[in-house]
Amino acid sequence: MGMFRLRGGTSLSDREFREIVKESSEPRARYSMTAGQAYSRFFEGLKNGVILGTVCDSCGMVFIPPKIYCPYCFRSVSRWVESSGEGKVFTAVASYISADVKPLDKPEIVAVIKLDVPGYRFDNYRFPGIMHRICNASDEDVKTQRIFDARVRARWLPKEKRTGSINDIECFEVV
Amino acid sequence: MVEVAVIGMGYSGFSPSTPHLSFREMVYEAAKRAYIDAGDIDPRRDIDAFVSCQEDFWEGVSISDEFAPEQIGGVLKPVYTVAGDGLQCIASAVAMIKSGAFDVVAVEAHGKPSEISTLSDIVRFSFDPIYVRPLDLASIHALQAIEARAFMDSFNISKEALGLYVVMSRRNGLRSSRASHASEIDLDTYMKSDMVSDPLSEHDIAPFSDAAIVAVLASDTVARGYSDDLVWVRGVGFASDIYTYVFRDLSIDRSARIAADKAYKMAGIDSPKSLRNLVVELDERYSYKALQTLISIGLAGPDIARDLESGVFNRSGAIPVNPGGGALSEGVPLEAHGLARLLSGYEQLKGRAGSAQIDDAENAIIHGWRGFATATSSIVVLSR
Ligand SMILES: [Zn+2]
Repeated sequence: MGMFRLRGGTSLSDREFREIVKESSEPRARYSMTAGQAYSRFFEGLKNGVILGTVCDSCGMVFIPPKIYCPYCFRSVSRWVESSGEGKVFTAVASYISADVKPLDKPEIVAVIKLDVPGYRFDNYRFPGIMHRICNASDEDVKTQRIFDARVRARWLPKEKRTGSINDIECFEVV
Repeated sequence: MVEVAVIGMGYSGFSPSTPHLSFREMVYEAAKRAYIDAGDIDPRRDIDAFVSCQEDFWEGVSISDEFAPEQIGGVLKPVYTVAGDGLQCIASAVAMIKSGAFDVVAVEAHGKPSEISTLSDIVRFSFDPIYVRPLDLASIHALQAIEARAFMDSFNISKEALGLYVVMSRRNGLRSSRASHASEIDLDTYMKSDMVSDPLSEHDIAPFSDAAIVAVLASDTVARGYSDDLVWVRGVGFASDIYTYVFRDLSIDRSARIAADKAYKMAGIDSPKSLRNLVVELDERYSYKALQTLISIGLAGPDIARDLESGVFNRSGAIPVNPGGGALSEGVPLEAHGLARLLSGYEQLKGRAGSAQIDDAENAIIHGWRGFATATSSIVVLSR
């Protein structure tokens, strides 16, 4: 309670707060969600070291992560395509504290990467992308914005360690 | 005054589990079918707004509203979510169109209960956190069993009467392609089945199923451009009673009664029984709820048990109820169940109900309820 001063009134102590709470309950909420057709094939691809997407011929959009339909044209996608596993940093941030508010030894660099798909070109509004860690960049690279537009490439876990998860890509490396 | 028509409906699923499709892919499939049914409309061009009925705890995603637009064609268009049964979304869509602000509105609801590993715990989480949840009731069905008992006592309804309803509705379910839980049972088997929470036995309680359903509604001017064989929404109403059990009338569902009164008034109906060639689609996820609803919405009186015996609610009776089966045969796809009833009524009026078809069906009364422990009901009156 010491963090802010109240004008008038009597502030409640921690103990008093506890006394007021009558019932507490914990949600027992567990789900097992189907990845579906698009994500299942995407994760299968990650296991094999490829980043897969789908393309809509009507608007030219490539979806990574993939969808079985194009939300813009509302039609089924035309086919599957492969990213080269390379791309460029669209935007990046440096985080200094962990999710449980502990200082990190080394800042974590997280970026949105605009992925290359051979044969397709994209603007800066709709593009196939992935959000991931950048492992060989520093917070200085982020602060100076040097990292923006940097070419990056996926660094894969060894095949036997891949599980069909986004973490099969260990991180992206600046090339 | 703007009139509103249902111009298309589509669905996906109605099976106990759907491991091959994500909920988004299921909804996409249902939407695609609804838009084709509406005359091959392009939602990106032809639909002005979208309403989605879903509930975060069922979804396993908080702020699940944000997940609604893309699989129904609603990206970058007006989309909002109602935390309620699908029929409540229909009420919203009707109001939106009648306001004159929108001509064509799509409504979506889906449920994938097979993906909720702790379903009864999620249901428990809807109980009053101070007064009811700490009781840690052994059966989640106890709350409905209490209502069932109060209803049966007030109208002198026997367990056999519930049985007559269950036998009838389960038999009707054999005529539907969406009724994956349908099977025929006789009254003797019913009477001998195990109690879950007295007076409700396993046959009185509907199972779950996964489904996605989409409906397209349009103003009369737009609708007439698509078809001249239209299903009109003549009346709609919804209401919620107080949540606390001890303050509620458990014998009659007052929320259903008020919803029905509003819907009948809007439709200009004095007595619902006067509707010609009527079909009734109602929420029967608990057998007693169907009977309680029939009384609450003016389709039966205190002598409902006699009506059941004489077959008034049978397919060949004066007031066919769930003529292609209901929740007991289809299962309950959570918030999509009201739209499942609407879909069956819509098919009846379109003459497309297959072997469940009631000849010359002309009017339909559709009832929706939010289920477990809730006191929210909706009524929609359809006519062709
Ligand atoms: Zn497209």
